[in-house]
Amino acid sequence: MNVVYILWLRQLKRSARSKARIIGSFAQPLLYLLAFGFGFGSMFQRAGQGNYIQFLAPGIITMSILFTSIFAGIEVIWDRQFGFLKETLVAPVPRILIMVGRTLGGATVSVLQGMVVLGICLAVGFRTPSLPLLPLALVFMILTAVLFTAVGTALASVLPDFQGFQLVMNFLVMPIFFLSGALFPLGNIPRAMRIIANLDPLSYSVDGLRFALIGVTHFGIPLDLAVLCGVTAAALAIGGYLFSRIQV
Amino acid sequence: MIRAQGLVKKFGDFTAVDNITFDVAKGEIFAFLGPNGAGKTTTIKMLTTLLRPTSGSVSLDGLDPVTHQTAARKQFGIVFQDPSVDDELTAYENMDFHGVLYSVPKKLRQERIEALLKLFELWDRRKDQVKQFSGGMRRRLEIARSLLHTPKIIFLDEPTLGLDPQTRNQLWNHVKKLNDEEQVTVFLTTHYMEEAERVAHRIAIIDHGKIVTQGSPDKLKAQTGTETLEQAFLALTGNTIREEEASSLDKMRTFGKAFRRVK
Repeated sequence: MNVVYILWLRQLKRSARSKARIIGSFAQPLLYLLAFGFGFGSMFQRAGQGNYIQFLAPGIITMSILFTSIFAGIEVIWDRQFGFLKETLVAPVPRILIMVGRTLGGATVSVLQGMVVLGICLAVGFRTPSLPLLPLALVFMILTAVLFTAVGTALASVLPDFQGFQLVMNFLVMPIFFLSGALFPLGNIPRAMRIIANLDPLSYSVDGLRFALIGVTHFGIPLDLAVLCGVTAAALAIGGYLFSRIQV
Repeated sequence: MIRAQGLVKKFGDFTAVDNITFDVAKGEIFAFLGPNGAGKTTTIKMLTTLLRPTSGSVSLDGLDPVTHQTAARKQFGIVFQDPSVDDELTAYENMDFHGVLYSVPKKLRQERIEALLKLFELWDRRKDQVKQFSGGMRRRLEIARSLLHTPKIIFLDEPTLGLDPQTRNQLWNHVKKLNDEEQVTVFLTTHYMEEAERVAHRIAIIDHGKIVTQGSPDKLKAQTGTETLEQAFLALTGNTIREEEASSLDKMRTFGKAFRRVK
């Protein structure tokens, strides 16, 4: 247990000490929120869908968790590059514990960031009518964070270096975000796109968080929770397996 | 204490380590010498569970690192050829992290960290992040760290690379002392022949993945009819300079440096 804790603590310390990363990680959601929120706001309203900032905020919070988590997982590549990974790999500890500690640490950072982004959303005019459901929002944030940190760790365990990272961003992370319903309602989209959105785990994160914050849902909470728990467990299992197979 | 039998490691068509066998007794200082790309680091990686051998077997104090990974890992401490400390943690935090990974109890951990950091003259800088450290200080920290859990075996993969003579001297004195007083078995690689001659009880010379010869420094000199170990080494491995291909890791380092600069 101490091992998981010390790895968790390390992720937190590293994040807290990297000022550039902290600033960057808030700038991006803010940009999306302002550009999309106010840019498309009037169109969204005229189409009879209500206030766009209200709709968008849960999507942006989920986005920031997605990006931070993937990066936290991918950090394994940095550790491999700067050598620290070897220190953990020769330690007399099951590697799965190392992976779990790292993942929980990365996920904690993402969730904290998600909460700060929620704060930013509130500052630019987002209002949540359902305060009692905030714990549920936290549940969705945690599931999403653990899921994508594990995905990032799994990817980093098989990528030899950063060359493949651009591919991961362009062909995995960006589609996961854009096709998830974070930016638009999933009700009236073409069939092909809906199939993809239904297969995208982030859709269920966005949907769950949207229900917890503004009371609107597309899939329904039981399905959101079931899908996320299942996919997260699978990602942890796969990530743990791949991480334990790393050779340097 | 360390036994390798018919050890082979292939990367695709390339055979990095080709059927090597050796035995290191308890309390012995064993030097593994060879030109660049001879297979020294690959061997150390197989001995320390970082790489799985293609064939052959290893035993550390009677434990097979493939089947008894965790128990085998407890037996040794290692100083890697390239840095392996966390830049963004302080010296003390790096030590503490290591102590927790090796389940050294808290009180003992604090005492030993203090003793080791003092020994390697890093105690005054314990609260500084490692990224502020010079190359020599990092090296000292890594060496201090590898001793924290009082291992029975220490692997030193070119530990003195980039160190000044003072630090080198201090390091070898300490290694000899540990070996004398606590019977710690030492497995080391180095490119400095005079260091090997000074500390090693026995030497194996490896080239192209094969052990060319092994024995005491005197035996190697007698065998080749040379005066110094360096001459013996050259007599056994030839004068050709080895080209090593940049590994993907080296490429990534270059990329990482460029990336950091841009950031």
